[in-house]
Amino acid sequence: MKNYIKYLPFLAFGLFACEPEFDDSIEDNEVYTAGEADFSNYVALGNSLTAGFADNALYIQGQENSYPNILSGQFALVGGGEFEQPLMADNLGGLKLGGNQITNNRLVLSSNAGQPVIPPSPIAGDPQTEVTNKLNGPFNNMGVPGAKSFHLVASGYGNAAGVPQQANPYFARFSSSDNATIIEDAAAQSPSFFTLWIGNNDILGYATSGGTGVDQTGNLDPSTYASNDITDPNVFAGVYSQLIDGLIASASGGVVYNIPDVTDIPFFTTVPNNALEIDATTAANLTGFFQAVAGIFTQGLIQQGVPPEQAQALAAQYAIPFTEGPNRFIIEVPVTQENPLGFRQMQENELLLLTIDQAALGQGYGSVALTPEVQQVLGILQQGGTPTPEQGQLVLNAVNPIEDQDALDTAELQAISTARTSYNSTIQGLAQANGLAFVDADGLLQNVAQGISFPGGIVTSDFVSGGGFSLDGVHLTPRGYALVANETLRAINMTYGSDLPEVNIGAYGTINFSDNVN
Amino acid sequence: MKNFLISGLLLMLASATAYAGGYRVAAQGQRALAMGHAGVGVVNSAETAFFNPSGLVYLEDKLTVSAGVTGVFSNVKWQNRSTGQFAETQQDPGTPFYFHAAYKVNEWLSLGLSVSTPYGSSVEWERNWPGSHLVNDIDLSAIYIQPLVSLKLSEHFSIGGGPIFVTGNVNFNRNANRTLTDEQGNRSNITIDDSGVTNTGWSASFMFTPVEELRIGFNYRSEILLNAEGGEATFSNFPNSTLTPQNGTTGFDATLPLPAELTMGFAYQLNEKWLFAFDYQRAFWDVYNSLDIDFADPNVATSVNPRNYKNASIYRMGAQYQATDNLQLRVGYYFDESPVQAGFFAPETPRNDANGYTAGLSFQVSEKFAIDASFLYVRFQEVDASYDSYVENGQAVPFSGTYKSNAFLPGLGVTYKL
Repeated sequence: MKNYIKYLPFLAFGLFACEPEFDDSIEDNEVYTAGEADFSNYVALGNSLTAGFADNALYIQGQENSYPNILSGQFALVGGGEFEQPLMADNLGGLKLGGNQITNNRLVLSSNAGQPVIPPSPIAGDPQTEVTNKLNGPFNNMGVPGAKSFHLVASGYGNAAGVPQQANPYFARFSSSDNATIIEDAAAQSPSFFTLWIGNNDILGYATSGGTGVDQTGNLDPSTYASNDITDPNVFAGVYSQLIDGLIASASGGVVYNIPDVTDIPFFTTVPNNALEIDATTAANLTGFFQAVAGIFTQGLIQQGVPPEQAQALAAQYAIPFTEGPNRFIIEVPVTQENPLGFRQMQENELLLLTIDQAALGQGYGSVALTPEVQQVLGILQQGGTPTPEQGQLVLNAVNPIEDQDALDTAELQAISTARTSYNSTIQGLAQANGLAFVDADGLLQNVAQGISFPGGIVTSDFVSGGGFSLDGVHLTPRGYALVANETLRAINMTYGSDLPEVNIGAYGTINFSDNVN
Repeated sequence: MKNFLISGLLLMLASATAYAGGYRVAAQGQRALAMGHAGVGVVNSAETAFFNPSGLVYLEDKLTVSAGVTGVFSNVKWQNRSTGQFAETQQDPGTPFYFHAAYKVNEWLSLGLSVSTPYGSSVEWERNWPGSHLVNDIDLSAIYIQPLVSLKLSEHFSIGGGPIFVTGNVNFNRNANRTLTDEQGNRSNITIDDSGVTNTGWSASFMFTPVEELRIGFNYRSEILLNAEGGEATFSNFPNSTLTPQNGTTGFDATLPLPAELTMGFAYQLNEKWLFAFDYQRAFWDVYNSLDIDFADPNVATSVNPRNYKNASIYRMGAQYQATDNLQLRVGYYFDESPVQAGFFAPETPRNDANGYTAGLSFQVSEKFAIDASFLYVRFQEVDASYDSYVENGQAVPFSGTYKSNAFLPGLGVTYKL
């Protein structure tokens, strides 16, 4: 008996080997095809969107759900190789430079007795990602949060000593040397396939600062740009074609993405410009106030010698009528001859930023700061009296318009749109000229804004609840990045004749809950 | 021999792996198993205690004992062509066992005892696999203890049966949903665990022997509901948030049915060399309508998991050949209809219709002692299936894909006669 028992392990081993086999096995690469593309060494270039940035931070869970990492999982079905990412040290996401925290931890949705707390707050904890701890590359995901187009060709952008003025802390973590450029480090890997999604920050810094930066169109020297400026479209075109040339040298193919419209992201669409919800009495009071403003201003102009008719015509723009219900806010605009007081009511297309102080909006920010002194002057006016010039100035000063950094006005939106349109035609033109796959990220985010349904729900761009955008209102959730990955896979299949399956977006998460906040 | 028995007992502590319809594990006798697990009309060892207790009275020896253990090596693979995902179960051999004994009191009366594990399931998918919101792993086992009486009413007719005492264990883990994680990114999951769940049932059988060569049998085992009351549910890796369940343990109640099973069939002794057996079996799985897990914590909603099983038939046949005085060879086949209906294919019991091919032998070492060996290969068709009753945000989210399974069950046992 014993003699036989000793053979039992061998018998068992034999049985283990007899696994069931599918007729067409995905695991054994029998189902999908790569077409004309070679995915063996895929390198992704881009900014925060490529890095997997979400919830106002780069953290491990976000990186694992970056669209390049999702793509690499599908590429692996047709011969794709390992995909290395410069993972952060933890899931908190904050960066430290020389031991001092320089970026915030990621945002989470906290709660109070079963109710979510808005706005989201940074998660508590001591982050362990030290910028000066150099990672051993190379890395397939070379997405660098914060990078603009020209940063990809900028020497010194990965030098930790230059952070934060001349260099980028995220690239400093994995640059091959202090002077290496992102495109050099990418090309050095001889990618067989690439994705390039760059240019968002060339307008986004301007947009998220409320247009406080400078539209640098006409200035061809990007080294003179500040972070909130709009990049000159010719600079963008030159850099972009340089990037493509650097990448296609070794690659069998690649994907480029255009730049979405800022009006499709919740950072700009969450706070409505007509959130001044008032009752009939308040509306009458506000209307009366602005009539007073117009009246006082008219008197002032007449006193300065302006003909009464001309004075009335110029001042009439300030007699802003308010009605019961929602009204648009008052914003600050540049002082001009046509608008000497420098404020007006918002136009329908104009946008407020997510970062605006929403509590202040409920207390007169965007309309009038009514003090007892101001009301006293209004009382004098109502009784037919004439206020003194000092009292008149008190009324004019009570106008409390939304400041430039909290809003995008029509001129600013126009500057963004002009630059973006030019960038996008460059991107699409170079995609066609080089036979590259093209992803209309702009169209995709427009669809998300409309809502994209999937088994288990609908992805929208609604802040917090929509599922497409993370808690910073700018970057995507894993589910949003999965949508980008699927759009990319469709573009690749179409361009390179490959057959790659799309991922199940319902399996990708959205926002994160935690009450571990300070 | 002693060492073998001890290691066998240790193996018994491990659980059984389902390889038949639902979580039925048909491996309650190596001799029958080698003949397609047909045996309702067969009388040749104490295995009869399980297959047809009324046949015990026809055993000729004073005391007959059969015991054995089977290794279940089952493999399940899953893939989804629309997403490119694939997964497979871990190799975790199950070990169903049996111990049957019959004692002949007199010509008309025999007493018996049967201890076996006819129900059980052990499926372990890769942690956080694409179907992890339905199951990560499940381990359930039930031990049947049946004291039996067999009564010969006439030369041609006997009856038998007795109570069934069941003790069961269940351990089931799955993720909370498709995406939720804690702060570190670990998937939130729930484990339910209960052991020593007991209940009782009964069995009844008869055997009709119109002529010496032909035995017609009928056997029925009642349905038994394993009511896990006050089990322990453990919530793990949930984030610290009042928007989600809290980490920790709470009680739970759940009922898992072990369905009734009716078997009828016959065995025909063609000549001294050849014996043939045919069984038709009906498993009353329609009792398994839904697996509802009711948590003690009032803040956690009851987990409702529709199963909607249907009654299923199994067709078994086998033959035995007396090769020499001390060697019997056996061969068999069965077709096992799955109780799982379209749209209810849950990966915790990923079973479609199965074809079982069996073979085995008995070697008579001495007049009293024989070694029984059997081998079963279970072949499942590749099947496209889905589970459509998982609901997220009020919407059904089907979990679908292609499944391919097989199982190998080598078994070893002994028969002892006094």
